[in-house]
Amino acid sequence: MANTPPVSQLSACPSCEEPLEAGDLFCGACGADLAAPAPAPAAAAGSAAAAEPAAGPNGAGPAPAAPPAGAGDAAPAAPAAGPVAGPDSRSPEAQRTGSYRIAGPGDGPQAAGDTGEYLLDAPEEDPEHYRLAEPVAPQGADPRAALGTAAPDAPDTRAAEPAAGPVPSGRRCIACRTGAIDTDGYCERCGHAQPRERDHMERETDGVAAVSDRGLRHHRNEDFFAIAGAALPNGAPATVAVVCDGVSSASRPDEASAAASSAAGTSLQAGLGRGLHPQQAMHEALLAAAGAVNELAAQHSPLSHQNAPACTIVSAVIAGGILTVGWVGDSRAYWVPEDRAAPSARLTEDDSWAAQMVAAGLMNEADAYADERAHAITGWLGADAHELDPHTASFKPDGPGVVIVCTDGLWNYAEAAAELAAAVPPDAAARPLHAAQVLVGHALDGGGHDNVTVAVLPFPGPAGGAGPS
Amino acid sequence: MANFSKSNAPEFSVEVYQNEYLPEGGREVNAIVTVASTGGGTTGGMPLPAADPGRARFGTGDPDAGVVIMVDCSGSMDYPPTKMRNARDATGAAIETVRDGVAFAVVAGTHVAREVYPGGGRLAVADATTRTEAKEALRKLSAGGGTAIGTWLRLADKLLGSADVAIRHGILLTDGRNEHESPEDLRAALDACAGRFTCDARGVGTDWEVKEVTGIASALLGTADIVADPAGLAGDFTQMMEAAMGKEVADVALRLWTPQGSAIKFVKQVAPTVEELTERRTEAGPRAGDYPTGSWGDESRDYHVCVEVPAAAVGQEMLAARVSLILPQPDGSAQTLSQGLIRAVWTDDMVASTRINAQVAHYTGQAELAHVIQEGLEDRKAGDMDGATAKLGRAVQLASASGNEDTAKLLSKVVDVVDAASGTVRLKPKVTEADEMTLETRSTKTVRVKK
Repeated sequence: MANTPPVSQLSACPSCEEPLEAGDLFCGACGADLAAPAPAPAAAAGSAAAAEPAAGPNGAGPAPAAPPAGAGDAAPAAPAAGPVAGPDSRSPEAQRTGSYRIAGPGDGPQAAGDTGEYLLDAPEEDPEHYRLAEPVAPQGADPRAALGTAAPDAPDTRAAEPAAGPVPSGRRCIACRTGAIDTDGYCERCGHAQPRERDHMERETDGVAAVSDRGLRHHRNEDFFAIAGAALPNGAPATVAVVCDGVSSASRPDEASAAASSAAGTSLQAGLGRGLHPQQAMHEALLAAAGAVNELAAQHSPLSHQNAPACTIVSAVIAGGILTVGWVGDSRAYWVPEDRAAPSARLTEDDSWAAQMVAAGLMNEADAYADERAHAITGWLGADAHELDPHTASFKPDGPGVVIVCTDGLWNYAEAAAELAAAVPPDAAARPLHAAQVLVGHALDGGGHDNVTVAVLPFPGPAGGAGPS
Repeated sequence: MANFSKSNAPEFSVEVYQNEYLPEGGREVNAIVTVASTGGGTTGGMPLPAADPGRARFGTGDPDAGVVIMVDCSGSMDYPPTKMRNARDATGAAIETVRDGVAFAVVAGTHVAREVYPGGGRLAVADATTRTEAKEALRKLSAGGGTAIGTWLRLADKLLGSADVAIRHGILLTDGRNEHESPEDLRAALDACAGRFTCDARGVGTDWEVKEVTGIASALLGTADIVADPAGLAGDFTQMMEAAMGKEVADVALRLWTPQGSAIKFVKQVAPTVEELTERRTEAGPRAGDYPTGSWGDESRDYHVCVEVPAAAVGQEMLAARVSLILPQPDGSAQTLSQGLIRAVWTDDMVASTRINAQVAHYTGQAELAHVIQEGLEDRKAGDMDGATAKLGRAVQLASASGNEDTAKLLSKVVDVVDAASGTVRLKPKVTEADEMTLETRSTKTVRVKK
């Protein structure tokens, strides 16, 4: 593989943000097991072990044996009616509705190394407004990013630096602006909690970008993401994005989303590197993510199974001119073509009460989503998910565009594909990080009622050049 | 095997139980803070009953403690004569329990305080000889005179102050009311002694005033109890002395730091007994205050802390209070033994914000239990039978619901329980004084949350 997945070097406790020292096995403040979420990617790095379907909770066989019945109806319309090959040409492992076999990927330059950028900049003046007011420059850092340490999955040593030393003495409270910050992350004067690294995360690598934000109404960010470049066996590059949304009513949802996104991202890189069909790799990645979340529950007493950590997952892979998505739960992927005259599309079908009502024809979409049960999810990753039903679908868009992978923190404010497309800047493919920032800003401007995470993948991928053949 | 290299200083842990979620506009944060200390060289874990003879008698550490036993020798102690004899025997048994090396003295209390042993304004150091001498000296104890407990406490304070010991403890036995000095005198003596030594107080028989005895124990951070039958004194004294011998750290304080704009609404010890601490705050630097907890052995206590914070917007999080357990150092600084955080998180999730923490709910109930028992007994004494029935009925209900069986048993001696679940009771027409006083004295005893 051209890209070795970053080995996670936790700089802070994933559950309480207490700074850690090298070699710590447990958090000194909250006692959290540090081997828990983070090592998942590390353990799976360079090996496909974690991606084996056997790791899945339901022991489902390999993907090809389990095509979801009726998925043909479930799979949303392909973003473009364009040149898709006939179904007869599908490969056996791709014989699932919505997946299309296409010509071999074009050769391209080598995949770029992992250039995870971490933005650490001075805090903004107004602590209450985390808006991405100046999203023009990718460096338009958020104050919360500046105050935290490296994101748990950020391998960048520059980002890790702030964690190494003690809290800078000059740091002042974002709320009262006079108090110093204590070691627990609270103001020594007014007691206000200080921003944590997970409150706002931004990353861009291999032409893919993602932004995650705590939002305005939640006290912590329970979303997480993983983005990466990958290399196919023939050297062609691919891009991967995974977005997870922790289920708030479960215990440790933040750990669940971190574990799931890391495991899925690593599994996808490994799977693509082994030459698996993207849809097969995606299926394995979803199972690997489920396994990682299940492991979290196992680490604690059996009692914790009653409220096991849980999260949703959505992932997109762009490899060789094919766009593959996979999901469990109500996090979504959208297709937004560069030519805005062409129709945009939602690529995923929620595992949610509302979606089921609509699918069953019992309610129309407007009524279903207006219902208070609309967001009750019917599928998730976690030890208490009785049947894991990972959905995957592949598409071959007929023109360039971007894939928006997001949690409901965004699509609550832009539910319909057209609405969402309207919020995407025209130069999204060229400046994916900027686009992700703008979309997060869209959700915050709408009220920011939930954590919001957005990943933007330009199509075609980095190697694709001007457009598909 | 005893681990001799292990420090003998107990290790303290602080755990905070709370529902940190507040609704929009919510300002009150409640938390139960459980403080546990496990001493060096012991098994650790749950508090040991101090009845381990090996530990009590042959403790490995250098005993750094002084104990003064104050025995009531007023005239009433001779009625019946067994009372004086039992008090003498009980004091003898307590002296037997004093560890080698511990400084001790015996004071006879009447309307004045008199040193019985060793005399000369000092403490004796316990060994086989001094223990025998002390017991010899007890033979000379006789009843006669009045009761002025303040003078006893002041003498005990003087004696304990004469020795260079870290843990200073008193054991006080009385059988009658504090009739030969004004309540103000006693109050002044308690104020003078508070923080200088801890003191357990016992009332023997039924002619003493519950509020006086519990007031002494409360002010001096000790236990209070009734020994209705003088025959039970020896066992009780032995137990008290063993508990005192188990103390390893003195003058521990609970320090609460609250942020700007926040205020402590109350601080109570809620287990093993209810003890109001709010008014005992001493300022300790900006926005911090210390609440005394006395001396600690292997034990665990719970505190209920209620903080009022400024309202904040949904999604905000703040530290409502930082709870630390501190040990003052000779140089005036304070060593932090352990600490915990009380947080406040504002949410629009109704399910989260309306949930009441089980520990908070339990101890709120236990505090109310102690309160309604005291009020119910007051009403009963004042002849307000309806009020007494209602309050004691509520007490029965609370005791039953929380599993406080000891208190439920004591209540059933004062009221006939018709239905414990609904709190329906009838006052018993005839209640012995001992039962009523036992209930009143022990009303503050609480139980922990059922597992």
